[in-house]
Amino acid sequence: MKVRVHVSLKPGVLDPQGRAIHHSLEGLGFAGVNDVRAGRLFELDVANTVTDAALDDMCRKLLANMVIENYRIEKVAA
Amino acid sequence: MAFTSAVITFPGSNCDRDMAVALETVSGTAPHRVWHGDTALPEGLDFIAVPGGFSYGDYLRCGAIASRSPIMQAVIAAAHRGVPVLGVCNGFQVLTESGLLPGALLRNAGLNFVCREVALKVENAQSLFTCAYEAGQVIRVPVAHHDGNYFADEATLDRLEGEGRVAFRYAEPVNGSARSIAGLLNDAGNVLGMMPHPERAIENTHGGTDGRGLFESAIRGLVDA
Repeated sequence: MKVRVHVSLKPGVLDPQGRAIHHSLEGLGFAGVNDVRAGRLFELDVANTVTDAALDDMCRKLLANMVIENYRIEKVAA
Repeated sequence: MAFTSAVITFPGSNCDRDMAVALETVSGTAPHRVWHGDTALPEGLDFIAVPGGFSYGDYLRCGAIASRSPIMQAVIAAAHRGVPVLGVCNGFQVLTESGLLPGALLRNAGLNFVCREVALKVENAQSLFTCAYEAGQVIRVPVAHHDGNYFADEATLDRLEGEGRVAFRYAEPVNGSARSIAGLLNDAGNVLGMMPHPERAIENTHGGTDGRGLFESAIRGLVDA
């Protein structure tokens, strides 16, 4: 089973990297970009026996830092 | 009574030797050197240091993988028993990632790696790690980090300040850290995480000795106990 885990900074957590990317986009002449937040994407290939609870646990224990980040689990059709 | 300490080394640690030299110089006893894959600490430790560097290449998040390593489970257990634990720079990141200290360390607000000597104000001079300093004293200690921008929510910051858990504050702009926090204590006062490097400020030939007080504090605490 392929699983994508999207990790993003919580609202309100300063994202200097996102800001720098935003600034760079403006420098390239792209207008109308209101904000950029940088995140992270993990692609996992896991056995079909791995439960949703285990995936959740993986995110909470390692893939995301729950102090500053949120995560979203997306199952991808194989 | 000999001061028994340990310095943890992860793959990618690079301040472990400086930390060991600092501990030996100030205490007179060389620390035990402990590897990340070890599952147990030496018996009877008075002090554990988690040094700076780029543990596990800073993969995932700074300190994230190190905080889940075998030896850190022993360090966490020791911290809960009251053994003093100092985390410097990447060591501070390891301590927040392990949950021993609240909050997180984000990329510096200016995005640059900051590598220079900075002025630090001693906010709490009564802790195990700071009692050789005076409250309000300004010391000069080097920093060298990319992710030292301390973050916690406002309620947590208020609580930390109210409980006197801010040990050191930057006395000049450095990295955008919330409330200029440079060093933070846990609620029991036996764990200190700080981004600046006291172990790099123990000899005049290396730019100053303002970092010695931290190690002297810990040793004094042991002798008085």
